[in-house]
Amino acid sequence: MLEVINVSYTYPSGDTALKNVSLKISDGELVAIMGPNGAGKSTLVKHFNGLLKPSKGKVLVDGVNTTNMTVAELSRKVGFVFQNADHQLFAETVEKEIEFTLKNLGLHENLEELKVKALEDFDLIKYRDKSPFSLSGGERKRVALASVLCANPKTIILDEPTAGQDLVQKNNLLELIRRFHSEGKTVVIVSHDVEFIVDINPRIITLVNGEILCDGDVQDVLANKMILEYSSLTPAQITEFAWRICEELKPLPNNIITVDQLIEALKTHIIGGSL
Amino acid sequence: MPLIEFENVSFKYGDSENYAIKDINLKIDEGEFILLTGSTGCGKTTLIRCVNGLIPHFHQGVLEGKITVNGYLTTEQTVAFLSTIVGVVFQNPENQLVSLNVLRELAFGPENMGLPREEINNRINETAEKLELKHLLDKTPIELSGGEQQRVAIASALTLKPKILLLDEPTANLDPKSAKMIIELLGALNKALNLTIIVIEHRLELLMDYVKRVILMEHGRIIADGRPAEVLYSDEAERSGVNIPRLIRVFKKLKQSGVNLIFNPVTISEGVDALKVMSRC
Repeated sequence: MLEVINVSYTYPSGDTALKNVSLKISDGELVAIMGPNGAGKSTLVKHFNGLLKPSKGKVLVDGVNTTNMTVAELSRKVGFVFQNADHQLFAETVEKEIEFTLKNLGLHENLEELKVKALEDFDLIKYRDKSPFSLSGGERKRVALASVLCANPKTIILDEPTAGQDLVQKNNLLELIRRFHSEGKTVVIVSHDVEFIVDINPRIITLVNGEILCDGDVQDVLANKMILEYSSLTPAQITEFAWRICEELKPLPNNIITVDQLIEALKTHIIGGSL
Repeated sequence: MPLIEFENVSFKYGDSENYAIKDINLKIDEGEFILLTGSTGCGKTTLIRCVNGLIPHFHQGVLEGKITVNGYLTTEQTVAFLSTIVGVVFQNPENQLVSLNVLRELAFGPENMGLPREEINNRINETAEKLELKHLLDKTPIELSGGEQQRVAIASALTLKPKILLLDEPTANLDPKSAKMIIELLGALNKALNLTIIVIEHRLELLMDYVKRVILMEHGRIIADGRPAEVLYSDEAERSGVNIPRLIRVFKKLKQSGVNLIFNPVTISEGVDALKVMSRC
């Protein structure tokens, strides 16, 4: 369980990135953090693995205050995958990248077993002796994921996982996130990718100017014009299309976000006669 | 004469056994705005490296066929010369911006061309005005947002007054609002300057209001090339696994369930028009 209690955070430069934020994420929850650049999303999630400690208030991971834990202790519980894999990878080979995490976390006993499992899970066996930097962007992303998730953390934080990924890679990520969720892991995703988030169907928390603007499900947030505007999010194409149909043609239900919902609404309200 | 022409072009990188692009035949006229798409590894980036001469001058390998840009064979020109005809913008502006401030960044290209000072200043002013960068001229690139950095990268390509602008996933690292603004800017530049633009992008829906032609690649070959409505409703698009905009998926599914469409909509406005026609039937 992650608990954020009245947390404020001010960077050494004097910029306040979080203002009195409180929230609770239970074990096994799937949560998306959304909002404009500079809203405090990354600052918030960096508190979950202790990369940042609050200026005011406290963060509890499984009931323990993060100020009393080292990043090493926390990273066994909370795995953090950065947006840009290149900011995270450094080892000579894919295999060494994964070994580094396991050794660092003191998991020497079943190192070999955990390593092979991670290589298999992310389809990296054939690249084990290659340099991560000789791989494609999508493959490097898989190495970054494997190097964090090999330690089997209970909570996984993904910062903009779909940036620069094509449809095939996005679908792989989607499957992976669903798998983590079904295994009972807590997954927190920072993302701008409205369509990807619609497909994942998580609880959504939007941050604006360091404060929580809203906390609800996909329909509450991503089909709500006012919340989208305040959060600087662009609506999914389907949602925007549904709004335009309402303005120019006929009213439709106001919470349409998926292809199937729109087709259903069109058949009921607009083209019933031509079928 | 087309501005860009590929005749039976194939290329494989020095260390590779497989062709990255194979049997490419392509003609692009001045003023076209083209979306180039396909799954990762399909050869998109290799194709545009052939246009600005990075292939074969920088990336070594086996090049077959003939590439002509503005009447010049790329094999017979230097990358420096070709850069005055072809500007390039990459995915990650932090890898592209090299100078201490935006002004120096914009001056970098024209100074390297050896242009007179007055001409350099004119070009910087003109470009900064057009791209609304005047208030940022003394900022360092790291002080800028991702969207602003990408605008600077586009501006610095434009100071060389190229006829062609190539962009390799220019919005991949931008938030949705900034991404939309960059694509709008490209649409405006295409119209105002008759600039020929080829943009590689996975988020196809961003470009639907602007592009008149889509080129779809798979395994190094062009598998579809035509108007967005032709290409994106094709079986090839479905098969290649590109991210077909969801509006198009709605109409494709409606068609499959027996709804009659008199045209294939690709934009929201076209979608509304198609429904208006249908609701009258």
